[in-house]
Amino acid sequence: MSLWEYANPNRFMRLTDKVLPYLVVVTALFMGVGLFWGFFLTPDDYKQGSTVKIIFLHVPAAMMAINIWVMMLVTSLVWLIRRHHVSALAAKAAAPIGITMTLIALFTGAIWGQPMWGTYWAWDPRLTSFMILFVFYLGYIALWAAIEDPDTAGDLTSILCLVGSVFALLSRYAVNFWNQGLHQGASLSLDKEEHVDSAFSTPLYVCIIGFVLFFITLVLLRTRTEIRLRRASALLARERQG
Amino acid sequence: MIALLKRDLALALRSGGGFGLSLAFFLIVVMFVPFGVGPETSILSKIAPGILWIGALLSCLLSLDRIFQLDFEDGSLDLLATSPLPLEGIVAMKATAHWLTTGLPLTLAAPFLGFLLNLPGPAYLWIFLSLLVGTPALSFLGTFGAAITVGLKRGGLLLSLLVLPLYIPTLIFGAQSVTLVADGLDNTTAFLVLAAVSLLTFALIPFVAARALKVNLR
Repeated sequence: MSLWEYANPNRFMRLTDKVLPYLVVVTALFMGVGLFWGFFLTPDDYKQGSTVKIIFLHVPAAMMAINIWVMMLVTSLVWLIRRHHVSALAAKAAAPIGITMTLIALFTGAIWGQPMWGTYWAWDPRLTSFMILFVFYLGYIALWAAIEDPDTAGDLTSILCLVGSVFALLSRYAVNFWNQGLHQGASLSLDKEEHVDSAFSTPLYVCIIGFVLFFITLVLLRTRTEIRLRRASALLARERQG
Repeated sequence: MIALLKRDLALALRSGGGFGLSLAFFLIVVMFVPFGVGPETSILSKIAPGILWIGALLSCLLSLDRIFQLDFEDGSLDLLATSPLPLEGIVAMKATAHWLTTGLPLTLAAPFLGFLLNLPGPAYLWIFLSLLVGTPALSFLGTFGAAITVGLKRGGLLLSLLVLPLYIPTLIFGAQSVTLVADGLDNTTAFLVLAAVSLLTFALIPFVAARALKVNLR
């Protein structure tokens, strides 16, 4: 029994058909508990007041925005190397979710930045990198939309994703070189001492798990839709020929 | 490969447009900046390196869709692809031809346009050097974008959307290596990283662009 068996669209559909209902429930549980806990059961920060609570949307969204691009990179590689259609379609399905997460991170950051930094936007390296990530997502989605033949589109967007990853990373370091930052360091880390009190970090972890599950649910749903779209267009093409 | 380079250069020179057009566009962009921000020389000399770099970058963008489009339409790209030359070599030659007809003239013109923007003294040498080292990367990255969009009907706008994000590192390090000198600081790091980005594109782009062309010619 290998993971690659689920690259078969039929098997993928059967598996996700069974898994999805449970996944939806678990996602709703984590998101609901995490956000409710974060918004209503945590104390106000002594300096930031209640604005600190935006962290429960901002940090998970920002993490997902980057991780979704990495997931697209992996699925693109799988498509280029092993030619599994589900993989290419999963990358296609993930991109709009990724761009939405980028936007959520940018907007919540701006809303938090206005009372705390006194400005909605600053050309800080982290903020700028997210703007750049947003542009990379835009190009990727536009390329999917522009090409009609699905296999060609899959190939070209995958190549773009590879090259884009290299240059997005380069841009990240270029931007660091270009301007000093206003943004605070990472909120959570595995090896260093925490900057965030456990009263905030525990519900934050719940929120992050919720966001990851939410993403998985959405991407499975959207990949199923893409597979059905492909089947429908194949049926239509057959009808036109016959 | 040399023959292909000569052919592309001859085509670019004789078909008119490509060569002079991007230079004229560069001049107009540089001329419009004072119209937009006002003629105070202190402001202009402060933003001059950035303007020259952005102007060169946009002018470079103009002629990108020609790299493969005409050859694709009249079928010579198929012939080139089936020739004994490796496709990677063809891509590298196409990018070089594009650089010789756009990047190099822009580089040569930039110090003169620097006069118009009151560029500070020591920056003249560095705007020339940074463009000389950086514009090949613009041509190579542009060739990659052109290879991806060659099969599309209206690829021009999409091409800009795909290529411009890839230009960010080159723009930052290129403009920084001039601005730092203009401010009297050391620019060695910026300049060396700019050169490194260019070398990276030479090493990487021919292979990925050739792959994209193969997909489009399938």
